[in-house]
Amino acid sequence: MKRLSVAILATAIGFGAAGIALGQSESEKEIERYREMINDPMANPGYLWVDKGEALWSEKRGSKAASLEVCNLGKGAGKLEGAFAEMPRYFADADRVMDLEQRLLWCMDKIQGVDTADVVKRRFGGPGVESDMQALVAFIANKSNGMSYKLPLAHAKEQEMLSVGKALFDRRAGQMDFSCATCHADEGKRIRLQGLPDFSKPGKEAKATMDSWPTYRVSQSQLRTMQHRLWDCYRQMRHPVPEYGSDGITALTSYLVKMAEGGEINVPSIKR
Amino acid sequence: MKNIVLAAGFLAFGGGAFAQDIPKADPATVEKYVQSIWSKASPEWQARVKLDETQRICSETNNTPSQAQFEAIIAREKASVAYPADGNVMGDWKRGMVVAQRGTGGQFSDAPGTYQGGNCFACHELTKEEVSYGTLGPSLLGYGKNRKFDPAEAKAAFAKIYNPHVVFPCSQMPRFGHTKFLTEEQIKDAVALLFSPDSPVNK
Repeated sequence: MKRLSVAILATAIGFGAAGIALGQSESEKEIERYREMINDPMANPGYLWVDKGEALWSEKRGSKAASLEVCNLGKGAGKLEGAFAEMPRYFADADRVMDLEQRLLWCMDKIQGVDTADVVKRRFGGPGVESDMQALVAFIANKSNGMSYKLPLAHAKEQEMLSVGKALFDRRAGQMDFSCATCHADEGKRIRLQGLPDFSKPGKEAKATMDSWPTYRVSQSQLRTMQHRLWDCYRQMRHPVPEYGSDGITALTSYLVKMAEGGEINVPSIKR
Repeated sequence: MKNIVLAAGFLAFGGGAFAQDIPKADPATVEKYVQSIWSKASPEWQARVKLDETQRICSETNNTPSQAQFEAIIAREKASVAYPADGNVMGDWKRGMVVAQRGTGGQFSDAPGTYQGGNCFACHELTKEEVSYGTLGPSLLGYGKNRKFDPAEAKAAFAKIYNPHVVFPCSQMPRFGHTKFLTEEQIKDAVALLFSPDSPVNK
């Protein structure tokens, strides 16, 4: 079964490459075809991370030999359904707004007594590196499938996050004077042949993107979360390495979630 | 007090919201968040994400500066353009093609000494042969030919690549000369790519 799906993927990648040689609209169509071909949950390796995350969630770990099952992600202790769709949110116990990654790190520290420095060190999986965070985020985000994002805004700190996120989206800096908006503030634009989703307004492109992250990246053989996508954006923007689980990334996430309200989450997806 | 102002803004924000309805954050607050993202970066890298005056105005006005800001940007950025000492702005178009094709350099994942390219094709159409071009910037097909290979236009193109804000304040294009991302030689080569009659840009 696994071998079969690898063969399908290899064929699909071949199609993707062929698309580049064709004209722009032809290649767009080919990319769309490729996406449809690989969009099969039964053949999506991203679900391996979902399973691993499920095991990690209930595993007793850390100096307190506790599991994460009492961690409150905003919907009540241990309640996972719909939690991801309503994050980042304000948590009274921490008196902070947190995204899912920040909250998980907080719970690991407070409930389990897990060394979060080690967890953060392994934040992005790769050859020889297993990421707990990628697995946990995949597992928990998957529990919001079929739901829409709804950014909580009742608390002043949640409102501040959204306002700051918008400002960070527009903030031009670095050697290239790039902001997120440089590439993502217009419909139908491309870098080379790569289409660029518009996040400058609520709408179908923001929904389609946010509703499909976390995702399994075929080119990286890894389940990736939005934290990784933003890390990669800042790399391409010639900005410094962004701090994982920092408040600035959470602010940006609040903004992106707000722009993506009203769609339907279906994760993990599978992408090139 | 600040929270009250924010909350009032959000009441209006409500349901079917548009991005422009999000209340503006206080710039000092934004900078605190900026610090949180790059607190562990080296001093050299941190310096790169501090805003200069032009970046600040373009960021805060969403690239729509007021008339006074518009003029201030032109005056300030003009002062940064250094033309070649001998007045010759045309280099080698073949080397210019390398500048236009390559997008490496300047990323935190790059090894020191990595070639820094202009990556023109990422945003611009330049030749008929290269179909893998981006659309963030206008097509530059036939650029020099359309300007009758006028040397004054070539000089203006040198300035535009060096610092596009001298012509279009809050342009989305990088200030390749101002930031020294490209060398004078590379910018001259890019100008030659645009203005040489032999260049595929003009075929």
